[in-house]
Amino acid sequence: MPLGAYLALAAAVFAIGLFGVLTRRNAVGILLGIELMLNAVNINLVAFARFHADLGGMLFTLFTIAITVAEVAVGLAIVIVIFRVRRTVEADHLDLLRG
Amino acid sequence: MTPRVGSATLALVVLGLPFAGFLLLALVRPLRRSAPAAAAVSVAAVAGALVAAVAAFAGARDRAPLSSPSTTWSWIPADGGPMATVGVMVDELSLTMLVLVTLVSLMVQVYSWAYLADEPRPSLGRYYTYQSLFAFSMLGLVLSPTFIQMFVFWELVGLCSYLLIGFWYDRPAAARAAVKAFWITKLGDLGFVAGIVMLWASAGTFDFVELFRLAAAGGLAGDLSLIMFLVYLGAVGKSAQFPLHVWLPDAMEGPTPVSALIHAATMVTAGVFMVTRAFPLFQLVPDVLGLIAWVGAFTALLAASMACVENDIKRVLAYSTISQLGYMMAAAGAGAPSAGFAHLVAHGIFKALLFLGAGIVIHVFHTNDVFRMGGLRGHPWIWLPFLVATLALAGVWPLPGFFTKEAILAGVLEGHLRLPFLMLVVTAFLTAFYMFRVVFLAFFAHPHPGDRAHHAVPAPMDWVCRLLAALTVALGVGLALGGHHVEGPAWLPWLSLGLAGGGIALAWATYQRGLVDPDRMAGWLRPIDWGARRRYGLDGFFAALYRRVLLAFARLVGWVDRYLVDGVLNVLSAWTLRAGDRLRRLQTGLPQDYVYGVALGALVLFVLAQWRMR
Repeated sequence: MPLGAYLALAAAVFAIGLFGVLTRRNAVGILLGIELMLNAVNINLVAFARFHADLGGMLFTLFTIAITVAEVAVGLAIVIVIFRVRRTVEADHLDLLRG
Repeated sequence: MTPRVGSATLALVVLGLPFAGFLLLALVRPLRRSAPAAAAVSVAAVAGALVAAVAAFAGARDRAPLSSPSTTWSWIPADGGPMATVGVMVDELSLTMLVLVTLVSLMVQVYSWAYLADEPRPSLGRYYTYQSLFAFSMLGLVLSPTFIQMFVFWELVGLCSYLLIGFWYDRPAAARAAVKAFWITKLGDLGFVAGIVMLWASAGTFDFVELFRLAAAGGLAGDLSLIMFLVYLGAVGKSAQFPLHVWLPDAMEGPTPVSALIHAATMVTAGVFMVTRAFPLFQLVPDVLGLIAWVGAFTALLAASMACVENDIKRVLAYSTISQLGYMMAAAGAGAPSAGFAHLVAHGIFKALLFLGAGIVIHVFHTNDVFRMGGLRGHPWIWLPFLVATLALAGVWPLPGFFTKEAILAGVLEGHLRLPFLMLVVTAFLTAFYMFRVVFLAFFAHPHPGDRAHHAVPAPMDWVCRLLAALTVALGVGLALGGHHVEGPAWLPWLSLGLAGGGIALAWATYQRGLVDPDRMAGWLRPIDWGARRRYGLDGFFAALYRRVLLAFARLVGWVDRYLVDGVLNVLSAWTLRAGDRLRRLQTGLPQDYVYGVALGALVLFVLAQWRMR
């Protein structure tokens, strides 16, 4: 399969993830969208590593996965705290920064 | 060390002592708050100044005048020499004034100690602080070798008279009178400062000696008539000439010794002195001189007529001062400034005596109204000094007023000013009349039953008056013996004596004997009586000027400021607020909106980058 196919897949996943982030009302859904976008990046990295025969991309991917795990842990913790305080995780209701 | 430097040094001492006294009192608070110490400092300073002034006067008297009589230091440095200089100008004019000013200041300050003994101590200290500053300002004015230095001291004198007239500032009338004196004189000062600046523009110097040299050489460019008219305006305000005389009667709200000081030695004499000092310049413009003479004579007559209907003893004296200032100005205008200046000096001494004597009468009766006084025939030490001064003012031989007034009349006659001469002649008659009206009413009328008069006069007040009376007599006798000769027609001395005698006789017949009914006399002169009692509407005119014109203009300016200047700023700030309010709504606080913005921005950047690459 050519490189373009991988890149197209990654772009599709990224777009789906972005769409999820922008449209989901639930904070957990938004976090899922972010995960999708990160994994689209991972696909890109792996694909380029493979086609350019460069291990750097693989290494970056490992880092990204580790960081993503940490990010999810922190993100979910924040969501739980928000739920405890505000009794909701609906994004539309989290507008404390409104001008 | 040349003799001239000696007198310049002495003049500096005369100037420095009151200033040192003022600084000491102004800066050291405990000294000012304790009245005896403040009075001691002030009196000692002015007494020392008097001694130095007399020494300078005696030392310089018999020496020939030098070519440049002033000692100066540069003040405003500029390329090509200093723009202005300060210094002392020592000649006969300024030395005479030094003696007069320090003498009257000393007398007034000693007298005040007894007269104002009931004042609270801190305010008495304040009084003596002002007195020292006043003496310093006037001395600086008479010593000025340049117009610009004269103007600085001129304004200081105005400030001091404002402070002293308003000494009892908790009395509304006194506060109003102080402000009125300040503003009316400022009206004239506007002309004065404009004239000085224009003179500088035309001659390039403020220095009197330089200006006189230029004037003699005909090297003064520009419209000299206008310039000298503007300079004269300053004297109109300061020396209470028509129509700016309205502040002087109101200035009677100040303590009586202050009136004596203002009328005799400081403030009002400044205008006459300035005209005398700058006479070589005025000489070049005959039209302005004529105006000075006419205004002076008219002022003299107008003020004399108002003095005849006044019942307040201090106001009578105030009008008489205006009237005598008119005499001095008329003399200067007629080309005889030395006669006017001689009258200034003589008048300074006996007018101080008149006011201080009036202070004693006011002290005795606790009123200013001459109709509520009387019955002092048995107290010669109260009425004798006042009588001496009154005779001097009326112009009776051999008191100084006789000689100086005669000199003025001769000068005016010589200047071919017929109508001003007639006005001054009538004024001389009126002067004798209204002054003796006061004497007869205040001293020799029958005592009023139920009067609670205190005939005990504090010693300092008494002695000051006796000393001034002795000085007046001595000056007059000195003039009589010194062969004081006036160039004039032979009938002039008899005319002035006759006028004085006639005025005295009329006052005697009216107010002492009751031969003439004052009301019937007023009936014959109804229009004048009616006008004089209303001060010829001049006070009303100035009040209307203030209320209608000045306040209306101020309201207009206020409206422009409030609605145009402030309006623009208010609109700007309102728009800013509204724009901020609109922009605020962009911040929804929803995280997804921000992400949307970031994504959209990234997309735009991406598209732009692609488009640029192509």
